[in-house]
Amino acid sequence: MDSSKLLGITTFIYLFSSLIYMIMFIFRVKKIGMLATVITIIGFLTQTAGIGMRWLESYQMGIGHAPLSNMYESLVFFSWSIVILYLFVEYIYKNKVIGAFAVPFAFASMAYASLSPEFNSAITPLVPALQSNWLIAHVFTCFIGYAAFAVACGTGIMYLVKSLDKGKSPESLLATLPSLTAIDDITHKIILFGFIWLSGGIISGAVWANSAWGTYWSWDPKETWSLITWFIYASALHARFTRGWGGKRIAWIAIIGFLAVVFTYYGVNFLLSGLHSYGG
Amino acid sequence: MKKKKNSFWEFFSSVKLALFCFFTLAIASIAGTIIPQKESPGFYIGKYGESAAEMFRLLNIPDMYNSWWFLSILSLFSMNLIICSIDRLPTVWKLVTMDNLATKVNRLEKMTPRIRFGTKQPKQEVVAQVEQTLKGAGWKPSQGEREGGTLLFAQKTPWVRFGVYVVHLSILVIFAGAIIGTLYGSKGSIMLREKNVAPYFFEFSSSERAMLGFEVRCDNFKLTYYDTGAPKEFRSDLTVIDGGQEVLKKSIVVNDPLHYKGYTFYQSSYQAYDEYWVTVQNQNNGAKKTFLAKPGVEFKWQEAGINLGIVNLLQPDRWGRYRLKIWFSDGKGEPSVFWLDGETLVSVERSDAAYAFKSKQVYATGLQIAKDPGVWPVYIGCMMMLLGLVIAFFLSHKRLWVYIYEEEDKTRILVAGSSNKNKVGFENMFNALVEKLEDNETLQLGKE
Ligand code: HEM
Repeated sequence: MDSSKLLGITTFIYLFSSLIYMIMFIFRVKKIGMLATVITIIGFLTQTAGIGMRWLESYQMGIGHAPLSNMYESLVFFSWSIVILYLFVEYIYKNKVIGAFAVPFAFASMAYASLSPEFNSAITPLVPALQSNWLIAHVFTCFIGYAAFAVACGTGIMYLVKSLDKGKSPESLLATLPSLTAIDDITHKIILFGFIWLSGGIISGAVWANSAWGTYWSWDPKETWSLITWFIYASALHARFTRGWGGKRIAWIAIIGFLAVVFTYYGVNFLLSGLHSYGG
Repeated sequence: MKKKKNSFWEFFSSVKLALFCFFTLAIASIAGTIIPQKESPGFYIGKYGESAAEMFRLLNIPDMYNSWWFLSILSLFSMNLIICSIDRLPTVWKLVTMDNLATKVNRLEKMTPRIRFGTKQPKQEVVAQVEQTLKGAGWKPSQGEREGGTLLFAQKTPWVRFGVYVVHLSILVIFAGAIIGTLYGSKGSIMLREKNVAPYFFEFSSSERAMLGFEVRCDNFKLTYYDTGAPKEFRSDLTVIDGGQEVLKKSIVVNDPLHYKGYTFYQSSYQAYDEYWVTVQNQNNGAKKTFLAKPGVEFKWQEAGINLGIVNLLQPDRWGRYRLKIWFSDGKGEPSVFWLDGETLVSVERSDAAYAFKSKQVYATGLQIAKDPGVWPVYIGCMMMLLGLVIAFFLSHKRLWVYIYEEEDKTRILVAGSSNKNKVGFENMFNALVEKLEDNETLQLGKE
């Protein structure tokens, strides 16, 4: 069993658990909720083993480095972070419906990483600029932040879906979702969590740039986009804290913010040019 | 006059302005990532046309992040932060330092969470028991007489209310660092050939020489490759010479620079020359000499009576491996002609002595040089920001009051609490504490 097999299996497990969460939500079969959680946990353990194996394999190849060094590896780690964060949220809020809005992101990330021809899933040696512990800190912190924003985007969508439910009949599909205030609260808390990690990600990136090139900030498109993303979430925090924004507005900011995250991560590499085009 | 000042103050202290700044900074930054920065004037004319290029020039778009208007928004943003903080700090200061034992009882009656009990126990006893229970739960209550009853008050982490201000201050500290760096810093680069010494570098901003005040020498540059042919490491052995003395030696690689007197030397690039160091050593008497050899040029080592040259060369492949064909004569018999394989040692037997040969390609190391006295303020600001964010998001100022008074030959107990954050978590904690009070057998509480 090698890492690529384990990660391939993970993709299927996440597809499967996404489907069960969705069936649970759409057909209101509460009973299979436990099954969805168990399968997600199995997927998570498989993925953890896969990432660990990949790490080991890189050492066996004599080019040992943490598996956070290119687009493929970062997508895998992104998916891993979404799942661990989601499982935590499920545990804290005792609500499995959120899974139907969060786990699909983890699946999509894995599927995209393994199927897209743009990404090379081979373990490759690190070029000199990437040989730094700050790189590991940078990718790690950024992706935990991104994962939080993905989950917040999921709960934001959930909020908007739930708010379609005008009649509030207990029969309706949407009645199984948590209350609007609860979803709003979850979204806000996850954004706070993501904001800290994104801040840490930007900072560790700056420290890394300074140790490699002597410039902590150079307005390269990727840096600038991460700052734009940071501004979007900072305005969400301020609008909520001081102007009482909540509900639909914050749900929309969670979605727009995540689009900015996706652009920072993905769009910049392909549409704009700069220092960061490390993946491919 | 007074009114005017107020509206000025209001404008600069409003969060609306902060949201406006976030928005405009974001939009401007997007523009800066779409329109390529710091290109030549011709580039903009070619890509966007004469008139657009002229407009860009007027608005300083080609160097947008340093333009007067972008810096103005940043200044506005800083003013906003400073004035907003000055505006609010006194209130927060009061909240943190105020005497909560002075809280009016009728305010307690309006707080959530809140609960009232009654008991037949005498008041003195109840006060002692409640105090015990609070202490047992990690609170440190203080006590005062209020409106005929006894008020107990305890709080946890009042200072976390400053967390947000630490975050806001951190941004100003980072800006200060950036300004210091711009005013007093200097950045540039130099291509330094092996064995050469540089007392200066070329500044990026002016393209002029900037004197270091000391010298750096590159003793050796080494490039290593992975099996795939990808570069693995660029390594330069540098020596700092200050006042004629060798004061520091360090081998630098891409993520591990050399620091000296405020300057940092980063490994950034290299250049390979079509020249080679060839070292010859007479293995009998140990005499040794290194030549800087160019293909096709003959060298003489007079004292040893030796002549040599590179007569043929196989250029470096993608692993940097090259071969030199050496022609060598010590004046005794036929000259030797043989291949030197990259840097591997080769021995040649002659009638009088054995000679060892070694070669190395000549490189120049590309150094990036930076002096930025603003880095430390920036890093301190970053630490403050993370610390402040954790405090602001995850800690809360929790307050707890217990008012104990006598009424209709009963002792009544009013428990009330408040928290500035995480109300749900606080309520759980409050309920757990109340349960402890209810479980206290001496108190014999009855809910009212
Ligand atoms: C990039 C810049 C900024 C960052 C990262 C930032 C960060 C924060 C954070 C994390 C909070 C706490 C929010 C919460 O607890 O949910 C906050 C609150 C606040 N911020 Fe900012 N802020 C920034 C700029 C500004 C500016 C320019 C103003 C100017 C008015 C401002 C005014 C406020 C106010 C009034 C509060 C509420 C404070 C309170 O009463 O507790 N912020 N900020």
